[in-house]
Amino acid sequence: MEAFLASLVSIAFHGLAYGMILYAISVGLSVTMGLMGFVNLAHGVFAMAGGYLMITAMTKLGMAWLPALVLACIVVALGSMVLERLLYSRLYTAGELEQVLFTIGLIFVAVAVARLAYGPLPLAAPLPEFMKGQTELLGRSFPSYRVVVIVSSAVLIAVLWIGLERTRWGAMVRAAVDNRAMAQSVGINTVRLFTFTFALGSGLAALGGALGADLIAMTPTYPFEQLVYFLIVVSIGGLGTLRGPFLGALLIGIGDTACKYWVPQFGAFFVYAATMAILLYRPQGLLGKKT
Amino acid sequence: MSAVLETRALCKSFGALTVADQIEFRLEEGARHALIGPNGAGKTTFINMLTGRLAPTSGSVVLGGEDITRLAQAARVKRGLGRTFQINTLFRDLTVLDNVGLGIAERLGVAGRMWRPASAYRSVRNEAMALLESLGIAADAAARVVDLPYGKQRLVEIAIALGLRPKVLLLDEPAAGVPKVESERILEVLDRLPAEIAILIIEHDMDLVFRFAKRITVLVQGQVLVEGTPDEIAADRRVHEVYLGEGHA
Amino acid sequence: MFEPASIGYSGSARLRPVEALPWVLAVLVYFFAPNYLALGAYVVIIILFALSLDLILGYGGIVTLGHSAYFGFGAYAAGVFAVRVTGDPLLGLAVAAVAAGLLGLATGAVILRTHGLALLMLTLAITSIVFEVANKWTDVTGGADGLHSVPIQPILGLFRFDMFGKTAFLYCLIVLAAGWWLVRTIVHSPFGVSLAGTRENDVRMHAIGAPVYRRRLQAYTISAMLAGIAGGLLTQTTQFVGLSVLGFERSGELLVMLVLGGVRRIYGAFVGPLVFIVAQDYLAKQSPEYWTLGIGVLLIFIVMFARGGLLGLLDRARAKLKGPGR
Repeated sequence: MEAFLASLVSIAFHGLAYGMILYAISVGLSVTMGLMGFVNLAHGVFAMAGGYLMITAMTKLGMAWLPALVLACIVVALGSMVLERLLYSRLYTAGELEQVLFTIGLIFVAVAVARLAYGPLPLAAPLPEFMKGQTELLGRSFPSYRVVVIVSSAVLIAVLWIGLERTRWGAMVRAAVDNRAMAQSVGINTVRLFTFTFALGSGLAALGGALGADLIAMTPTYPFEQLVYFLIVVSIGGLGTLRGPFLGALLIGIGDTACKYWVPQFGAFFVYAATMAILLYRPQGLLGKKT
Repeated sequence: MSAVLETRALCKSFGALTVADQIEFRLEEGARHALIGPNGAGKTTFINMLTGRLAPTSGSVVLGGEDITRLAQAARVKRGLGRTFQINTLFRDLTVLDNVGLGIAERLGVAGRMWRPASAYRSVRNEAMALLESLGIAADAAARVVDLPYGKQRLVEIAIALGLRPKVLLLDEPAAGVPKVESERILEVLDRLPAEIAILIIEHDMDLVFRFAKRITVLVQGQVLVEGTPDEIAADRRVHEVYLGEGHA
Repeated sequence: MFEPASIGYSGSARLRPVEALPWVLAVLVYFFAPNYLALGAYVVIIILFALSLDLILGYGGIVTLGHSAYFGFGAYAAGVFAVRVTGDPLLGLAVAAVAAGLLGLATGAVILRTHGLALLMLTLAITSIVFEVANKWTDVTGGADGLHSVPIQPILGLFRFDMFGKTAFLYCLIVLAAGWWLVRTIVHSPFGVSLAGTRENDVRMHAIGAPVYRRRLQAYTISAMLAGIAGGLLTQTTQFVGLSVLGFERSGELLVMLVLGGVRRIYGAFVGPLVFIVAQDYLAKQSPEYWTLGIGVLLIFIVMFARGGLLGLLDRARAKLKGPGR
């Protein structure tokens, strides 16, 4: 019984850390997909870029962990803004197939560039001292790294949720997600809103990728391999919301960890099966709006 | 005269918002019936409940004596209920002929056949061409719908519905969005529709309504305000109040 | 070949002379390029796979990233059947067809009730599930190693698979011809027009009394069956089946090839894989990273400027050559 409880706690803890990272990466995707109606399969590219750039900043520029992380996020956010203005915005009114094709093309480009710049093998992120080792909490010791992941993600989430509820930006996003045409006719500059929100979402993805580099390894095929998980989180959570992907990320994070621990011979099978079940029961996601 | 389409106590609410309130409606055989009312009165919602796109909260829809309230759209079509849409709802990339042919093929039961080319089904093609001729757009048969002017597209919209040989035809603002110069053609088409089809038309254009309709129902905020002949409606003070300022589309 | 197939009630299903080109080319390859028969067989197989995708994507308008599930399921079905029952190729192909068709029917019945992102997501989930099963069920599928030395007997007991790949090439070509004929017939039939209708305007289709769900499901099942046959062919001609027949990358790559050739043209499914695979065979060996980069850039370019793919460009060039006011 003791061992079982211990493993439960362990699973919950590791699942929570994984879920938080999934959330940080996927929340941007949920908002932009709900806001712009754009199927952005390339979202994982921003997460990957965040991770790789942070590693470069630390190893080549000798920066400390936190500044490197911040720098990576800012660079990715700015870069995504350029991409959005130049390329993405041309396809907002295009069909689903065009959006899928375009974003797959982006993935190919990013994967190739990553492989050329960093080689095909997984790259480890050098962790700062305070994140190595163990932390004592409630009479148990947990890996410090994951504690930091959970705590910082929680702070991030709180800031984000307050931001969406309390700021003008948040109000505009909620309005535009609800009814884009209406939002435009009341004078909301949807063009700037999209660009800003896109940059924010990409920056968050970069943060998730960099912060979670030890949980989800940095390899050039990252956008391909992880795409399914980000999409699952967003689609079972519900597009255009902040809380939806949070629920989705927790379910997937803890569920996947639990399954891989208890029934490893089935691997990710239950995650996919659960996704199918949820989407068939509620195609708009658990917290999404019915179209 | 027997009613070919009826609703009994038809209601629809979205939460606290009632968009249809105990609507009692009768459409007679060979009717030329208009449904008018201010914007937001619930006219299109009513049509959607008749066709099965929307399920009512309570009440029933009866077609030819049969309760069809639970039936799906396709089943109602098979029983002779056809409609057009307020905004052109066409197969944009297909030719005019195919647009009309699709409905005819469904009706003839050949639309699901896989083994012979569609062009071998002469009956579909001939019937479609005849229909297009009767509407005066046979010359555009090979054109893609997306390449046609809006007024002609509106005619295709009507043609598709006619291809179903409906017993009841619901026309949702057939002249909407059509410039005045082209709407005359649509009016002619409406005049020449087969006498045995019962027709319900939603319209804002009062010229069209008074020219076309033999009976008019006025819907306001989901309720039937009054129903009668065009003369009765024109003279009714309540209708004037409701339409204060409104008259022509 | 260079115009979209003239479907519809006023169209013409007659074969145009230019449609003989792919087969002429294939025969030429058989006689004059014997070193390329193995690659040629692979191209033929992928063309069949691309045709199956074009049926539901180009003509049916169903955007899917999970078509590799049926290709892979058919491939594994053929492989497992050959290993455990008999290496008879025609029986094996039949098994692959039935297995993939059933999977297509079962999954299609479920996912075609949705649309948009939910549908796309479900197609990904399905191919991921099939991948996981193939990965973990090592006893049957060989897991990550796959099944090697899959036995293959002579076709009809007469035509042995020779080591030059001649039998394999002709075998695949004949199966492709059958598949091509099926797709072409369907697309030109009333069913094909109806399928186009479901693609163009779902709402209208319901309003004319069409059984939209049923038509889509029929198309989806046939498409899955054809994909499974293609997969089975791959297993039989290479005597190997592994995880590379499944997954998002396999689906994505096929999508790229089809779009490259031109969607909804039947012959786009011929041109795309041919150009892609031949280019890949040559260029990817030089530098795999630059190949991937090139494909990505090409894809973005196609979406931005050349939606009709190579055949679309050819159409535009022909129109320009004919001059204005033709």
